Amino acid sequence: MRTDSSPPRCTHPRAASLQSEKLGAPGLLLGFVTILVAASAGLLIGPAGIDKTAAIMELLDQLPFISVDSGLSKIQKNIIWEVRMPRVVLGALVGATLAISGASYQAVFRNPLADPYLLGAAAGAGLGATVAIVTGSGDGIGTFDLVPLLAFLGALTAVALTYTLGYSSGAQRSPAALLLAGVAVASFLTAIQTFIQQQNVDTIRQVYSWILGRLNTASWDEVSLLAPYALVSTFLILMYRRTLDVMRLGDVEASSVGIRPQLVRLVVICAASLGTAAAVAVSGLIAFVGLIVPHTVRLLVGTSNRIVLPLSILFGAAFLVMVDLLGRSLASPAEIPLGVITAFCGAPFFVVVLRSSKRTLG
Amino acid sequence: MNLCVAKEVSVRVGAKLILDNVSVSIAAGEWVSVVGPNGAGKTTLLSVMAGLRTASGSISIDDRNLKELSPRERARLLAYVPQHPEIPPGMKVSSYVLLGRTPHLSFLGMEGPDDFRLVQQVLEQFDLATLGQRTLESLSGGELQRCHLARAIAQATPIIFLDEPTTALDLGHQQQALDRIRRLREEHQVTVVMTMHDLTLAGQYSDRVILMSEGEIAADGVPSEVFDPDRLSDLYGAHVKVLNIDGHLAVIPMAEY
Repeated sequence: MRTDSSPPRCTHPRAASLQSEKLGAPGLLLGFVTILVAASAGLLIGPAGIDKTAAIMELLDQLPFISVDSGLSKIQKNIIWEVRMPRVVLGALVGATLAISGASYQAVFRNPLADPYLLGAAAGAGLGATVAIVTGSGDGIGTFDLVPLLAFLGALTAVALTYTLGYSSGAQRSPAALLLAGVAVASFLTAIQTFIQQQNVDTIRQVYSWILGRLNTASWDEVSLLAPYALVSTFLILMYRRTLDVMRLGDVEASSVGIRPQLVRLVVICAASLGTAAAVAVSGLIAFVGLIVPHTVRLLVGTSNRIVLPLSILFGAAFLVMVDLLGRSLASPAEIPLGVITAFCGAPFFVVVLRSSKRTLG
Repeated sequence: MNLCVAKEVSVRVGAKLILDNVSVSIAAGEWVSVVGPNGAGKTTLLSVMAGLRTASGSISIDDRNLKELSPRERARLLAYVPQHPEIPPGMKVSSYVLLGRTPHLSFLGMEGPDDFRLVQQVLEQFDLATLGQRTLESLSGGELQRCHLARAIAQATPIIFLDEPTTALDLGHQQQALDRIRRLREEHQVTVVMTMHDLTLAGQYSDRVILMSEGEIAADGVPSEVFDPDRLSDLYGAHVKVLNIDGHLAVIPMAEY
C-alpha cells in the first residue's frame, strides 16, 4: 500500500517540459507596454496645450542620472505633476483594482456574469455617497471629504450584510444563496438611495455625477487613500491564484483535493470587496471594467487564473487610463462620465473580441 | 489489514433515512463495487466514506478518524471522482491533472519539479501525454474519463473512490476504463471503491461486491455469492438471470414475454 506522495522515477525526455500555466515574459511585457502607452497618452494629452516634447523632457528629467531642461513654466509643470500624473495613477489603480476584483468574483462564484458590484458594493457605496452629498457633508473633493468615507463604509456594510444574509439562508450549501442575497441587498439599498435622491432634487446632478464615475477630482491625496487598500487586496487575491483554479472544479471536487471552498470564498470576497470599496470611494461607480477586462484577457490568453489575475491588473489599469483620456478629450473642456465611456467603448470592443475568438469563457 | 472502516454510519435528509446504520470495512488492495437499485444509498455511502458528506457514526482511513483530519490531510489519504465531474471551460488537460497535486503542496504553494515529473508519468500512463495542451471540452467522453482518473491517480493516495466511473461510456470505453483501473491498481497498489450500475462489469472486475437496498447493506461478499438471481430479481423488481460464462459472471435482465 502506498501512503506517501513520493513520485515515481521518470526518465521520459518530455518530463522536464511539463509546466504549470503562468504569465510568461511576453504577456508581462505586453501588459507593461500597454500601461506605458496609456500612461504616456494620459500625461501628454490634455486641454492645457502643453508641448508634448517639452512634457516628455519634463518626465525624463525626473529619471535618475538624467538632467534635461524642459523649458516648461511652473504652472505647466504643476499641471503635469499635480493634475495629470495623479489622475493617471488613480485611474490605473482604480482600473487595476476593479479588474482583478471582477476576475476573482467570477472565479469564486464560477459565474462569468459576476462583477465586483455583485454583492451590493455599488448600491452601498451609492447610498453612502448620496447621504454625504444631500446632507451637505461633502462635495466629493479631498481626503477628509465625507463622500469617499461614506461610500467606502456603505460598500463594505452592504457586502457584510449580503454575506450574513446569504449564509443564514444556506450559502454554505450553495453560493447561489449568496448571489440572491446580493440581489436583495442591492435592490433594498438602491431603493433607499433613490428615495433620498428624490427628496433632495437640488443635489441630483451631483449624485448622478458621482454615480456615473469620474476622476476629475483626482489628487495625490486620493491616490494615497486608495493605494494601501488596492495593494493589500491585490496581493491577497494573487496569493490565491492557484487555489482559484482549484475552485473551478466546484465545491465538492475542490474539497476532495484538500481545499476549504467556503473559506477561500470568504477570504477572496473580503479582499476583492475591500479593494472595490476603496476604488468606488475615490472614483464613483465605474461599471463594466470588472467584467470586460478579465473576459477579454481570458478570450485572448486562456482561462487559468494564474494568467488572468495578473494580466487583468495590467490591462485594467491601462484600460481605465485610456477611458479617462477619452472622457476628458471627446467633449473638452466638458468631461463625459467614465461609466458612459466604459459601456460605450467597452461593449462593442468586447463583442469584437468575443466574435473573433474561439476560446471559451471561464 | 483494513484500510477503510465505516462504523454505524447513518444519513438522514428530512424525514428520510438515506443510510441506516451501515458498517463496512475495506481491506488494503481490495477492489470493491457498491451496487444496488436507484435510491439505494450507493453514492451517499461513497461520499460519506470519502469524507465529503457529514454523517453520524465514524469513518477511518489508515486508522485515522476522518472527522479529525483537515481537508488537506484527508485528500492525501483518499481521492474521489464524482459521477459527473466539473469540466472547467478552457482548462488544459495537463493543468487539470496537476490540480491532483494540490494536497501535497504547501499552503498557497505552487507545483515543483517532482510534481511535474509525477504528473508527466501519469499523463503517459493514461495515454494523455499528447493531449496535454488540449482543453478539456475538446476531448471525447473516453478521453475525459481518463483525465478524471489521471487527476485522482496524481493525488497519490492509498485509496480511490469512484462514483459510477463508466457512466456515459460506450461498451468498449467502459471495458477500457475498467481495464485501466485494474492495471493502475496493480502498478500503484491502490485500493478502489466504486459504485456501479452494470452488475456484469462489477462482478467481473471487483474482488468484492456490496449490494445495497433502501439505505442498508443487503448482501456483502464475492460476486458469485452476492449475485443470487432471486435476490437480485427481488431487489431490482426485475426478472434477472446470472450466467457463468467461462468463469465470468454475467447478470442479464430477461424480458417477461
